[in-house]
Amino acid sequence: MAVDYKTLKNGGFMRQVQKNNFSLRLKVVGGNLTASQLLAIADISKKYGDGHIHLTSRQGVEIPFIKLADVEQVKAELEAGGVNTGVCGPRVRTVTACQGNAICPSGCIDTYPLAVEISERYFGKELPHKFKFGITGCANNCLKAEENDLGVKGGYTIELVKENCTLCGVCVKACREGAIAKIDNGIVLDKSKCNNCGRCVKSCPFDAWKGEPGYILSFGGLFGNQIARGEQFLPIIRDKETLFRVADAALAFFDKHAKPSERFRIAIDRTGWDAFKTEMEVAYHG
Amino acid sequence: MDDFAIDENTDITDVVCPMTFVKAKVALEELEDGQVLSIRLNDGEPVQNVPRSIKDEGHRILKLADNEDGTYNLIVKKVKTK
Repeated sequence: MAVDYKTLKNGGFMRQVQKNNFSLRLKVVGGNLTASQLLAIADISKKYGDGHIHLTSRQGVEIPFIKLADVEQVKAELEAGGVNTGVCGPRVRTVTACQGNAICPSGCIDTYPLAVEISERYFGKELPHKFKFGITGCANNCLKAEENDLGVKGGYTIELVKENCTLCGVCVKACREGAIAKIDNGIVLDKSKCNNCGRCVKSCPFDAWKGEPGYILSFGGLFGNQIARGEQFLPIIRDKETLFRVADAALAFFDKHAKPSERFRIAIDRTGWDAFKTEMEVAYHG
Repeated sequence: MDDFAIDENTDITDVVCPMTFVKAKVALEELEDGQVLSIRLNDGEPVQNVPRSIKDEGHRILKLADNEDGTYNLIVKKVKTK
């Protein structure tokens, strides 16, 4: 029987240099696994692999040296251990995320539940080429949002609550963009310089900066054979409904306009950014 | 015009992150609830980050004074954490 490598690859079995050996890609969302899942993965690596595990560049986990003959048995044992196989090929890949505001003091948004929602909605969806989502909690950008086909970055839209301000000046120093200045007897904000990092909100001892969390999207990032930074052009998005409306529209645009094996960025470049931006703006406004 | 009296002083300009915060935290631990500490810190990363870390610990920041020599004095009132 001929081996269907394509089906194996779709199911996360990556062909190795060593004949009949596969590096098994697992499903991981937002870089989180439970301790029990890790134990199950360790067991399978020892039993069916060579006892080592590879952590990929996008928060994935692979178990190398799985033998072709063991594929079905390994899949069943993984499933029993609460672990699913990942995907490869022309479809929506692992949704990556930093720890976000549930863990990290710098975070502006709760990244993991959003990664789960995005993954549930799109993971494995077939498209002209691979499509990567990445979610980062704040301007520190630990998750490198703009490397992704669709990057999500948490940010705050800020507003000064004058009656709480004591002119202590902490925010003027906390702001790294030079957007806040102290003049005479007041604090002034240059909104054109604000990058929504939220440092003023987080550092103000008197709650004089109010921050509304939101999502800053970037489109068309690439960091492989070609390198391009994802473009930001929409205003900060305040609610998940709008976020998903725009994400749906971005995937629909990709599906409609890209040639087979053409990345999102290349498809936008060829089709024209003006047309793409118009479609995203329509989706943004609902 | 300042409506507080400083009980203790500490200088964290001789250390770098993360020891800046550790040194300030240790100095605060030696105070009684309600006492006021003046922390001398450097411009740059210390003044960007230390006030926020102290706020996150639950203490009350009263003032940030620019010494105009590349250092600041951060005036903090100790709030005893449960």
